[in-house]
Amino acid sequence: MKEKNLTNKKLVVSSLSRKYIMAAAGLFLMLFLVMHLATNLLLIIGDEGKTFDKAVDFLTKNPIIKIMEYVLFAGFIIHIIIGLMLELYNYKARPVKYKAPMRSEVSPFSKYMIHSGIIIFIFLVLHLFHFFFIKLGYVDLPETAEHGKDFFNMAIVTFGNPLYSGIYLISFLFLGFHLKHAFQSAFQTYGLYHNRYNKFIKIIATIYALAIAIGFSIIPVYFLFFYNA
Amino acid sequence: MDIKLKIWRQKDAADKGKFETYDLKEVSPEMSFLEMMDYLNSKLISEGKEPVAFDHDCREGICGSCGIYINGRPHGPERGTTTCELRMRFFKNNETIVVEPWRSRAFPVIKDLIVDRTSLDEIIKAGGFISVDTGSAKDANCIPIPKNNSDKAFDAAVCVGCGACVAACKNSSAMLFVAAKVAQMGLLPQGKVEASIRVQKMVEKMDELGFGFCSNILACEYDCPKHVSSEFIAKMNRDFFSSKVCKQKVI
Ligand code: HEM
Ligand code: FES
Repeated sequence: MKEKNLTNKKLVVSSLSRKYIMAAAGLFLMLFLVMHLATNLLLIIGDEGKTFDKAVDFLTKNPIIKIMEYVLFAGFIIHIIIGLMLELYNYKARPVKYKAPMRSEVSPFSKYMIHSGIIIFIFLVLHLFHFFFIKLGYVDLPETAEHGKDFFNMAIVTFGNPLYSGIYLISFLFLGFHLKHAFQSAFQTYGLYHNRYNKFIKIIATIYALAIAIGFSIIPVYFLFFYNA
Repeated sequence: MDIKLKIWRQKDAADKGKFETYDLKEVSPEMSFLEMMDYLNSKLISEGKEPVAFDHDCREGICGSCGIYINGRPHGPERGTTTCELRMRFFKNNETIVVEPWRSRAFPVIKDLIVDRTSLDEIIKAGGFISVDTGSAKDANCIPIPKNNSDKAFDAAVCVGCGACVAACKNSSAMLFVAAKVAQMGLLPQGKVEASIRVQKMVEKMDELGFGFCSNILACEYDCPKHVSSEFIAKMNRDFFSSKVCKQKVI
């Protein structure tokens, strides 16, 4: 009877260690989002992307940023792979599901991390096609582009299309959902819990998630409705 | 009151199992859930049918034997109670109540609503003890323990090991159970000596037994009949981290 319980599989990297790595990658991505948003908001200050271009120029020439680009890729890949493994493992941990819907009251965002994560992933691929791959020369800019291959023009082309703007906006909504739980969850994963500070952490999580989701959403909305060439 | 019960019936571990529906009339709202089950079983027996098997012992919320998943919640709709303490007044007249066993790879069903919770004992065996002989009961206060620590240790020690945390968790994770046991001992001087080895061994065993990974959803805390706090999970995350960083060797 006893032996049947055991899956008898020692995990090479323990469940907790996997979570530490995943949370570290996630926290790094969260920092990246702040940087990314800060530079992107320069697109909409009304100077046809001049300041933005300068910032991009500065960043692309900076060797530290070059290294960070690889770290960023690694961060995404590590986070996504561990996330998928975790989800699969957890799915198998309950071979027979319940008939009644699970009614324990929990944060709705926390239950759907894999779903919001996958939406972010799909968005990410699309996003790379729209911007990063064009810059690298893997993909051509559509002919409608009037000027060179700078990001400002890519933004005009991409966000001028209501379909793409819509996809971006929906993705940011789910990104916000992901981040709301991600922020507080990472604290818990590292054991940073205190009755006095937990409320505060949750408030910061909400503010962070809202700031990122709304901040990024402003950009497609600006190009779709307010920008006149 | 009248109720309709949809109960999981499974002859033995090998049986596939299915839900059976029972109409039960004139249930008293004062009955505990288990008394209602007794009432149902007496009817089934008088009709010559097989009674529903369920686990129970103390029937006063201290042994942790009675684990039933009722209407989508372990131990039913009322927070902070075990199934044996749950009263029928928390259900509506003519309500349909879905009654299931704990579901987890680590808790195979033995019969009907009874699951094999040996896994939890296996985790305790891996490290939930103090190796030195602590002798017989000492005079109070001869080992100085800060009040905070003894209070916290007690808050963790109220865990009755029912497994509701596993049942409530979307991932079937046993983190709250393991964390409570780790904290209960690690917080006191007698248990501190082995604290970092204990946490590693118990986590390793938990993984090995096929419990899921925690994603900090905290359904466990919400549905724990003893209100064990998720702060112990955080503490375990912290303890495990530092034991790994300090490279404490597991002997
Ligand atoms: C910019 C993008 C992203 C950021 C900033 C981010 C951040 C985070 C953070 C900080 C956590 C909390 C980790 C923890 O609980 O310790 C988390 C959890 C999670 N992320 Fe992401 N993430 C991103 C994208 C993705 C993607 C693309 C996936 C795709 C599969 C994903 C899947 C998950 C899952 C499944 C969890 C829950 C893990 C768990 O606690 O069980 N994330 N994310
Ligand atoms: S029978 Fe002992 S806790 Fe319910």
